[in-house]
Amino acid sequence: MIISVASGKGGTGKTTISTNMALALGSGVEFLDCDVEEPNAHLFLKPVIERTELVTTPIPLVDLEKCTYCRKCSAICRFNAITVVSHKVLIFPELCHSCGGCMVVCPEGAITETGRELGEINFGARNGIRFINGRLRVGESMSPPLIKRVRSEADPEKVTIIDAPPGTSCPVIAAMNGADFVLMVTEPTPFGLHDLKLAVETVKLLGIPSGLVVNRSDIGDQEVFAYAEREQLPVLLTIPFERRIAEAYSQGRSIVEEFPEWKERFCELFHKIETIIQKRSTTV
Amino acid sequence: MREIVIISGKGGTGKTSLTAAFAALAKNSVLCDADVDAADLHLLMQPEIRQQTDFMGGGIAVINPDLCIGCGTCMELCRFEAITDRFEVDTIRCEGCGVCVDFCPEKAIDFPTKRCGEWYLSDTRFGPMVHARLGIAEENSGKLVSLIRKEVRQLAEERGADLVITDGPPGIGCPVIASIGGATALVIVVEPTVSGIHDMERVVELAAHFRVPGMVCVNKWDLNPEMTEAIEQLAIKHNVAVLGRVPFDPAFTRSMVAGKTLFEYGEPTATQQQVRDIWAKIINSPSMNPLGIMDFKSTIQ
Ligand code: SF4
Ligand code: SF4
Ligand code: SF4
Ligand code: SF4
Repeated sequence: MIISVASGKGGTGKTTISTNMALALGSGVEFLDCDVEEPNAHLFLKPVIERTELVTTPIPLVDLEKCTYCRKCSAICRFNAITVVSHKVLIFPELCHSCGGCMVVCPEGAITETGRELGEINFGARNGIRFINGRLRVGESMSPPLIKRVRSEADPEKVTIIDAPPGTSCPVIAAMNGADFVLMVTEPTPFGLHDLKLAVETVKLLGIPSGLVVNRSDIGDQEVFAYAEREQLPVLLTIPFERRIAEAYSQGRSIVEEFPEWKERFCELFHKIETIIQKRSTTV
Repeated sequence: MREIVIISGKGGTGKTSLTAAFAALAKNSVLCDADVDAADLHLLMQPEIRQQTDFMGGGIAVINPDLCIGCGTCMELCRFEAITDRFEVDTIRCEGCGVCVDFCPEKAIDFPTKRCGEWYLSDTRFGPMVHARLGIAEENSGKLVSLIRKEVRQLAEERGADLVITDGPPGIGCPVIASIGGATALVIVVEPTVSGIHDMERVVELAAHFRVPGMVCVNKWDLNPEMTEAIEQLAIKHNVAVLGRVPFDPAFTRSMVAGKTLFEYGEPTATQQQVRDIWAKIINSPSMNPLGIMDFKSTIQ
């Protein structure tokens, strides 16, 4: 079962919710931090990292001995990542989407592939929670292939909680596509609501059931709740603003470990999600 | 002309509220919302749209079932698992590489360009603004950011404005890279949390990578004074100027609910003064005044 925790707007408490749910459920859960641009979950889960792998994406490598400068490779490339100028083939690795088109089209078999480093993937554990995160290399612009790589580690036998990146474009899609449930985290402010609407549209497009957590539920206004009702988006948990929670968060301490009364609420949140997923699978 | 880009790495640090507050202080400037994925600045600026233009992204594959003979070539070549067993294209997965289009023996695959969003030239009570809206689940956010930054510079030139204030996207990936290249300076808004300092380090590294000078301001600093101290020390270590501290102040949320900037909401407060001081530091900073040209301040106020 894959639960993706997302939010249109950043900083609404997505990582707080995902990590606390994992800690509340404890041993046997799997946690994937797919917010590879700014991975933060490890700061709260504090896993012991057991190993790290470099993640690369294929980019073309041209053997000039075989090349006849026919320009077919540059003609097929939709991303302007390879061009032929007189007796040189220039490759712009940061523009390459690794589609492999140039390699298939080359009539001389002059193109092979080498790797461009996207970042790294870390594997670890803490108290029986399996932990995996991706870290995008600073200066690298393409996060989706790295996110997909982290996603591919999901164990279908387990409850997998995913911390998705913020926004609504390709990185988020890579982190949400194929999930059984998307838990959206928002705050009841105009910015929160505006970005929530975008996130809801995204989830609708993917056809995944979803629910809402309203964080800092007593700041701002009531519009988010009215919107949730109109959209029939179940509000599964509300967390009021408490300075002690904000302070604990600022120091990297989790809510469930700091304030035990919250453990049950996060378990309850999980059970509500489980029920929604089960109901849906019996009706479909 | 100078351009400051306000970024944060981590989302939700108050970047957009501060951008709007700065806009209220800078009289002769042009605004740009480069957070095209989740643009919020317009909620405070209520721009009046003067011109709206479609943003066309790359192509996307569409298979014509009448021509397709089911040979499977496209599926075999597509590296993005975008072609289903029934030889239909999953538009969400399609990367737009066009490889299937070129290799289909029946020429059964079309490659229409897709409208990925739109961008706007607008007027606000603080001057002109360029902003955009990327369609849901679209790619090419970096391209759209580059496009609107080009437009905003042109607009600033036409209007004789000396300063562009850009609200940047969160993260360190493609739209962020597109929004900081060639900027005069970055204002990095950090919150004093373990996540905040962690993400700031990556943003500072990114700024160094693209050789754009950075300045740091800690928002909601009183939530964790020790962390604030640590952030400022880290900034100094990386040669990033420290601009000052903004307290946790519910007035930010209240003014947001009212659709206003901090300076248009309620009586003058200590927080307002702190933001004013930070703004003064930004425009007087050496990064904004290279070669010691000090008349900049007078041209924007
Ligand atoms: S397609 Fe092959 S032979 Fe032709 S220019 Fe490119 S690398 Fe050279
Ligand atoms: S792999 Fe694709 S994107 Fe990269 S250079 Fe070749 S054709 Fe262009
Ligand atoms: S390559 Fe062309 S003909 Fe072959 S399955 Fe694909 S669309 Fe159909
Ligand atoms: S255009 Fe590229 S990504 Fe899209 S279906 Fe064809 S081969 Fe796959």
